[in-house]
Amino acid sequence: MASQWMPLMDIAKDVQEGKLKASDLVETALKNIDENREYKAIITTTEARARARAAQIDDKIKGGEKVGRLAGVPFIAKDNFLVFGAETTAASNILKGFNPPYQSTAIERLESEGAICVAKANLDAFAHGASTENSDFFTTLNPNDKERVPGGSSGGSAAAVVLNMTPFALGTDTGGSIRQPASFSGCVGYKPTYGLVSRSGVVAMASSTDVIGPLTKTVSDAAVVLDVMAGKDELDSTTIDRQENYTEIDTDLSGKKIGIIKEYFNEGLNDDVKKVVNAAIDKFKDAGAEIKEISLSDIGMALSVYYIICPAEVSSNLSRYDGQRFGYSYEAATDLEDSYLSSRGNGFGKEAKRRIIIGTYVLSSGYYDAYYKRAQIVRTKLINEFEAAFKEVDYMVGPVAPTPAFKIGENSSNPLQMYLCDIMTVAANIVGIPAISIPAGVSGNLPIGIQLMAPKKADKQLLAVAKACEAIL
Amino acid sequence: MISSEVRNKYKVTVGIECHVQLKTKTKLFAAVGNDAREAPPNTLTSHICFGLPGALPVLNKEAIYLASKAAFSLNSRPQKFSKFDRKHYFYPDLPMGYQITQYDEPIVLGGNVKIEVDGQEKTIGITRAHLEADAGKSTHSAGKDYSLVDLNRAGTPLLEIVSEPDMSSSSEAKAFARELYLRMRYADVSDANLFYGNMRFDVNVSVSTNDDLGTRTETKNLNSFRSVEKAVDYEVNRQIELLEKGEKIIQQTRGWDDAKQKTFLQRSKENADDYRYMPDPDLPPVILEDSYINTIESEMPLMPEDWREKLQSLGMDNSQTETLLEAEVETDEIEYLALIEMHLEDPDLAKFIANWIVNLEIPLRRDETITATLTTNNRAKIYAALYDLYKSDKLSSTNLKSLFSDIFNAPVSVSEIESYAEQKGYIQLSNENELNEIVKKVIEDNSKAASDVANGENKAIGFLVGQVMKNSKGKANPSLAQDLIKKQLGV
Repeated sequence: MASQWMPLMDIAKDVQEGKLKASDLVETALKNIDENREYKAIITTTEARARARAAQIDDKIKGGEKVGRLAGVPFIAKDNFLVFGAETTAASNILKGFNPPYQSTAIERLESEGAICVAKANLDAFAHGASTENSDFFTTLNPNDKERVPGGSSGGSAAAVVLNMTPFALGTDTGGSIRQPASFSGCVGYKPTYGLVSRSGVVAMASSTDVIGPLTKTVSDAAVVLDVMAGKDELDSTTIDRQENYTEIDTDLSGKKIGIIKEYFNEGLNDDVKKVVNAAIDKFKDAGAEIKEISLSDIGMALSVYYIICPAEVSSNLSRYDGQRFGYSYEAATDLEDSYLSSRGNGFGKEAKRRIIIGTYVLSSGYYDAYYKRAQIVRTKLINEFEAAFKEVDYMVGPVAPTPAFKIGENSSNPLQMYLCDIMTVAANIVGIPAISIPAGVSGNLPIGIQLMAPKKADKQLLAVAKACEAIL
Repeated sequence: MISSEVRNKYKVTVGIECHVQLKTKTKLFAAVGNDAREAPPNTLTSHICFGLPGALPVLNKEAIYLASKAAFSLNSRPQKFSKFDRKHYFYPDLPMGYQITQYDEPIVLGGNVKIEVDGQEKTIGITRAHLEADAGKSTHSAGKDYSLVDLNRAGTPLLEIVSEPDMSSSSEAKAFARELYLRMRYADVSDANLFYGNMRFDVNVSVSTNDDLGTRTETKNLNSFRSVEKAVDYEVNRQIELLEKGEKIIQQTRGWDDAKQKTFLQRSKENADDYRYMPDPDLPPVILEDSYINTIESEMPLMPEDWREKLQSLGMDNSQTETLLEAEVETDEIEYLALIEMHLEDPDLAKFIANWIVNLEIPLRRDETITATLTTNNRAKIYAALYDLYKSDKLSSTNLKSLFSDIFNAPVSVSEIESYAEQKGYIQLSNENELNEIVKKVIEDNSKAASDVANGENKAIGFLVGQVMKNSKGKANPSLAQDLIKKQLGV
């Protein structure tokens, strides 16, 4: 395995001071990617553009110019981010050949601070999944056990970070897609408050729960990446105001009120996961945190709500992939209807089709009230329940996923079982609050993460507490 | 043809939906130019108009402002809370696979518009008006195995105004369409250019012999008041003929063939489309503050109905009033009403100006063979100068007309108007001494006629006045001349 990277700020500092060259860092990253091909974490590299940008940065430094807080830091973006220099496929055949004419805001902001995107990571096609097995191209292998999945949908990004390909990677989290692979693969995965990072230029999955966040080795690095990306964007009307400086997050756990979500510790929870999480909670207590058990009686409904709202939005968001303007188009179509049916029929994989069908069904007239509307009502109830709970505690803690990484193929014939992987992560998406997964222990050679959550817009506080927890785990 | 007896058995019900293109600089959800009239195909587009992956709509605030003004022009107020929804269907000119529209929380709810037909006033209810993004334009050329799509229009903001089914004749439908047009123009929310399709009307028509509504048909995309009227007439006759034959009316969408003056079947609507409406998660709801709404209300320009009141108080009749109201919005450069309003404190002058605008200036402006040099900024002064000449009896109405026509396309400065009129011989002779001399001469030269007049034969006085005019080379004030003739002859 490639050697560990330094903290992001240290790399950038050395680049700015001329001790490291951006071009060398890009070559190192590309070499790491190449040497870890067997894990199939990467769909494509953006090497030509990355090299050109690195050379530019090195020239600027020679000329004495400031090049930004992430000068020369290479990173990998999940392949649902629109990035110049390569195809953006979202791991779907229907986007084959799509070279984006614009870039996502997140990438623009990172680039403006000198970071360099070197590759695009694998994912479940359109981010539909929890294992990368739904990628239309290939399944990424877990860096700790090649017979197991890395988690998903940001499985390529998680594996890339764990394999030290680059110091950080970007993911998207619609129902747990950053936190769960972070837990399965063994890194930090951060899901910000909904709206804190612009979704502009990121292939939409479910617009009302999609967020963009970093996968890193440390909480501090996650905070740096968030600090660069966070804040309002005129291209995304759902973005919110940011807090000041997410990197000033030194704190300790004494007096912090942390709630244990009772409902997450039921029979379905794997014993090793339970042990690891309980051991971590004991350490938090020893460090002075006030641990309190809380009950969120409606949280069991979060998954049901999610699997109505998410497919509804998915079915709508995937309407634009019609083979008429970009990406794959069925060439031999005899007429417009054939072009639609065959382009979408050939271009979408099984899971995308499954979600389009469910979503179309729940939005149909006569069913809308029974499904979509009711799901929105329960969603509001859940939001209220979390708000009430956050009057009693400042943070919540629990497992990220009910099990460690499962074997490739183990759940792929059972979509419902696969959906259950999200059971502990979806609530944060439904409610819109920030949540983080940090490594907490192992089950054999498999990492296990622990999840921390905080109230809406309390990202800075959450990062601070997560950093304090990380230090004692 | 159906007899009027049969025709009179049926009650006609008409409702209208009207799409108004708002005159925003940019599109409803994209920072791209909105004026597609002269642009080559697909040049007014962006990643948003093109529906690329990751593209998010961003609401144009100007569209909310214009829709709010439109609300007041419909005797309503904008809703404090409204939101956007997705309406799904597949078509190549709809890039995202859904149209962004307002489903259950539109920006305008309720309202009304007054119309007048044959002297009868009627109030037509407005159900709602909602904002939506237009689709692109598809061209299906005959004999080609492809169609062309132009996305320049995709995303243009439309306000769809939906009326109650309150109209009961084609003339009411026409009057309503015209009144909506005037209001959108006076509120300054749309160019409302019918030629460019800035306003399009869909008419819903049904007939019935009792109080229950009949099955309706919708005739779409009418782009003139006349076609609204003709389409309603055609549908009423078609439906009555079918019913008289014992057939049923089928709910359908129909088109209008302007050349044949007929509606034709586009598609049957027996199975309702399922558009799978859902709230658009990319767009937060629109929440308007009271202060915002009140400011717009306080800044609303006068509506046609306000102008009607003002003009009619000057004594103008219906036809003059409507001519003025329409002419006002035919061109952006010339303001007629403001000119009249400037002088409302002097009703005689205001009325003089209003009359001369209707009778002279508007016909001249509409005459494309005449190039106007009468500019906006000196019109007020010129009208005032003409009025002075007219009021001091220096101009006959015939000469006033000639003088105005001259000035209309040959620049004459305000200070030179009188000398110009003099030079052209338009000024009439109203000096009694001078005129008395001429009268005296005419009486001497025409003793026969003079004695006839003296003997009470009034017919002859016209001849004498004519002689005075001739002797004065047309300058004499004819009524003064007549008075003087009578005086000299002692009648």
